[in-house]
Amino acid sequence: MDPLLEVRNLKVQFNTLEGVVHAVNGVSFQLEKGKTMGIVGESGCGKSVTMLSVMRLIKEPPGRITEGEVLFQEQDLLKLAKSSMHDIRGAKIAMVFQDPMTSLNPVLTIGHQISEALVVHSGIGKEEAYKKTLDLLEMVGIPQANERYKDYPHQFSGGMRQRVMIAIGLSCKPDILIADEPTTALDVTIQAQIVELTKKLQAQFGMAVIWITHDLGVVAEIADRMIVMYAGYMVEEADVYQIYENPRHPYTLSLLKSLPRVDRKKHDRLANIQGSPPDCIQMPPGCPFRPRCGFGVERCAEENPGLMTVAEGHKMACWVDVTTGRTR
Amino acid sequence: MNTSQVLVQVRGLKKYFPITRGILIQRQVGAIRAVDDVSFDIYRGETLGLVGESGCGKTTTGRTLIQLYRPTAGQVLYDGVDLTREKGQSLRNKRRKIQMIFQDPYASLNPRWTISRIIGEPLRVHKIITGRKAQEERVQELLELVGLDPCHTNRYPHEFSGGQRQRIGVARALASDPEFLVCDEPISALDVSIQAQVVNLLEDLQDKFGLTYLFIAHDLSMVRHICNRVAVMYLGVIVEMSDQDEVYDHPQHPYTKALLSAVPIPDPRATRARQRVILEGDVPSPSNPPAGCRFHPRCPIAGEECRMDVPIWREAAPGHWVACHKV
Amino acid sequence: MAFPTTDIPPVAIARIEKNQLTFFQLVWLRYKRHKMAVAGIFSLILLVLYAIVGTAFTTEAYSNVTDTSIRLRPPSYEHPFGTDTVGRDILSRTIYGGQISLMIGLIAMAVEVVVGVLIGAIAGYYGGIIDSLLMRFTEAMFNIPQIPLLLVLGKLLADKVPPLNLFGREFSGSVIIIIAVIGLTSWMGLARIVRANFLSLKEQEFVTAAHCLGTRNGPIIFGHILPNTMAPIIVSATLGVANAIISEAYVSFLGVGVRPPTATWGNMLNGAFQYIESAPWLWIFPGLLIVLTVLSINFIGDGLRDALDPHSLVGSE
Repeated sequence: MDPLLEVRNLKVQFNTLEGVVHAVNGVSFQLEKGKTMGIVGESGCGKSVTMLSVMRLIKEPPGRITEGEVLFQEQDLLKLAKSSMHDIRGAKIAMVFQDPMTSLNPVLTIGHQISEALVVHSGIGKEEAYKKTLDLLEMVGIPQANERYKDYPHQFSGGMRQRVMIAIGLSCKPDILIADEPTTALDVTIQAQIVELTKKLQAQFGMAVIWITHDLGVVAEIADRMIVMYAGYMVEEADVYQIYENPRHPYTLSLLKSLPRVDRKKHDRLANIQGSPPDCIQMPPGCPFRPRCGFGVERCAEENPGLMTVAEGHKMACWVDVTTGRTR
Repeated sequence: MNTSQVLVQVRGLKKYFPITRGILIQRQVGAIRAVDDVSFDIYRGETLGLVGESGCGKTTTGRTLIQLYRPTAGQVLYDGVDLTREKGQSLRNKRRKIQMIFQDPYASLNPRWTISRIIGEPLRVHKIITGRKAQEERVQELLELVGLDPCHTNRYPHEFSGGQRQRIGVARALASDPEFLVCDEPISALDVSIQAQVVNLLEDLQDKFGLTYLFIAHDLSMVRHICNRVAVMYLGVIVEMSDQDEVYDHPQHPYTKALLSAVPIPDPRATRARQRVILEGDVPSPSNPPAGCRFHPRCPIAGEECRMDVPIWREAAPGHWVACHKV
Repeated sequence: MAFPTTDIPPVAIARIEKNQLTFFQLVWLRYKRHKMAVAGIFSLILLVLYAIVGTAFTTEAYSNVTDTSIRLRPPSYEHPFGTDTVGRDILSRTIYGGQISLMIGLIAMAVEVVVGVLIGAIAGYYGGIIDSLLMRFTEAMFNIPQIPLLLVLGKLLADKVPPLNLFGREFSGSVIIIIAVIGLTSWMGLARIVRANFLSLKEQEFVTAAHCLGTRNGPIIFGHILPNTMAPIIVSATLGVANAIISEAYVSFLGVGVRPPTATWGNMLNGAFQYIESAPWLWIFPGLLIVLTVLSINFIGDGLRDALDPHSLVGSE
């Protein structure tokens, strides 16, 4: 079956006072209908920029999409005119952000903001939009919808606001929902609520979800497939069970070993990854992870490994086979 | 670890923040009861974890303990001395052995000071070492201790990464030779790959210098890893406290159970196989906590007495304390 | 599967590989973007040099020599700027007058900065009733009109202060009065800004950390918080110099500022009033100097304000 969204070799740069930041360096993946893709990485790895570029929300200048194609419903989103992109955003592809306080307009009621999305994209009248908004609010688990319609964002808690964002995102029944760190700022019990809600709505509407996060626990909960990013590069991509049980890239491996688990007794020191994530301005040649990698060989400093397939549906970018220690 | 030596005793600690109205004359119309009668002991050499979600009062507890906020009521005995009764220079002297590590590595260092000046501040304030050269040497020693290059003393905080800045904060805390460190969410603002570095550093320093930690965090996985005992807070009170494995393997309080089941596990099989207890609603406001047991509006097993009476803090199993009517 | 634990050896792991721009380098880079601001620096340097180096070519005594036989002569070879109503050489008077005007500008600015920063810092840091009192006082001072006060005090007091002797020059005591009045009536805006900055900065975690370490209030105010609020102080000080120069010119022009024979650019204008058309060289030169100086300072101040803008500074990530 054709993928719903296909990103090919996306490259994005930013011009700053301190130099050119290579934020995204050749990201490619496919998203199937109804499935959830997790994009995982630390700050500065380019995960948010990737999806913002797909949505054409990057400000140019200082940003620039230098290469790549984003195929969605037989169109290359990167080549679309701004007005056409406008029709796709919100209606076909929706995005939910990390901080709902800054994504919501503080001087408009949330009811208004949800209805606005409906009116703009579905072209329905205000009355009908009002009714649909109430339905949406109930669907995302906000009780007393008709009263809360008139409330302002500051009258909601963080978790509630995020539900409102999800309601706005889903109002036009998009094909894809992109969630950019939606629960990072929320408490763990509220996070659990939002994750459950997303799973339920996904089952209900059959949309595809892209969930961006740095939290390897949340991704394990919700994703079908997963991408690990580092310094703007994709370093591993696989089915989520495969990555956790059989990580092949040193970064993924080290990361998983450095995480404590709430369900296991402590038995060892946490494995350490020395150094810090890079800033993507002056990247040395070769593999971006080499300065921090415990498996490095000479080739790593010279040539950047591209993504290679190591198993069915499992790709990663490394010269060394971490299972055997041998170089490819 | 010598469990019989108590270093810190907190008894009946309360911290209320007044809510005032009025332009010229401020009247108090209510109070945010951030910490509402909290008691616990910390033993020499151990790491006590204080966990909870936002608004539970854990950070306020840490800051009130160290007297950054003066308590509304209660006592804090450090090595037998009641800090709540001390003031001014006397308080500063007694507090020298207690230091704090802050959450935000970007905000807790003065952006206009060199790190030499930052780390050396306790040396000057407490007159531990006088003379620039001696101070500089000590600063370099401290930098090495935390795993940073000692030749970077003339750099500014913005030249360092988040993890490195956090180490600078640790170096600063160590400068006054403390016994007890209050770590206020020290790794929450750091990247995942750096968190392990800082946690390992804290553990190493504890082994090396026999430090005692109060580790305040919301990341239950990390708390399980680093703490000897854990106390769970909800809305200003401690609801459960026990040894690290006890609380995680046999949680008694319904809130603890819900909290644990909500913590994501980086393992898809384990996490999807779990029984989740999903709590309804949001955390109520600390200015208007529910009557009786504070958790009762969201509790899946709340009963009649839970709405009316405050549950008693009692030992449900050896070393395992809970405040719940249903246990 | 052998997993190599990459642990941190105790020494020297975290190196800073690249060289970061220092704060000052960054500020200068941004400052350079404003051509007028850079031009302002050049012209101000020239003007200051004019006032200082010019003394090598003439003496103060000469600037005060009166010779009514050559009064009101237009610019010529001996008197490149002409002579004034009592035959004094205007060029040398602008040089020495420039010294006084600039000095008044600088010292009044110093007074303004010291008072404004102290009041703003104490009000912002301590809050409560101290803040209320200081702010009400500040607001009251705002209501006092500077120029009329200058006029009144200038008229009443300027004659009463004896002349001073500084740097080998003798000044009329009125200079002190003018400096004091200008300085003590222009600090309020700065106090407000400093107070606002202190209110927000004192909640920052590095201040909490300092409290935690046991640092006392004085070092926190002046060592920790103040260096973080230098930007508005610098801008305010720069523009304060210009304001002081103009205020002095205003008042001296009206005859109640600095008293003769001490020259300032302002009181040279006073003598020129009757001869606006007939002897324009009386007011053109001092006037031009005032305009150039004030413009230069204003451009510099604007450039500094943009260059120091905290929102665009790479100081935090």
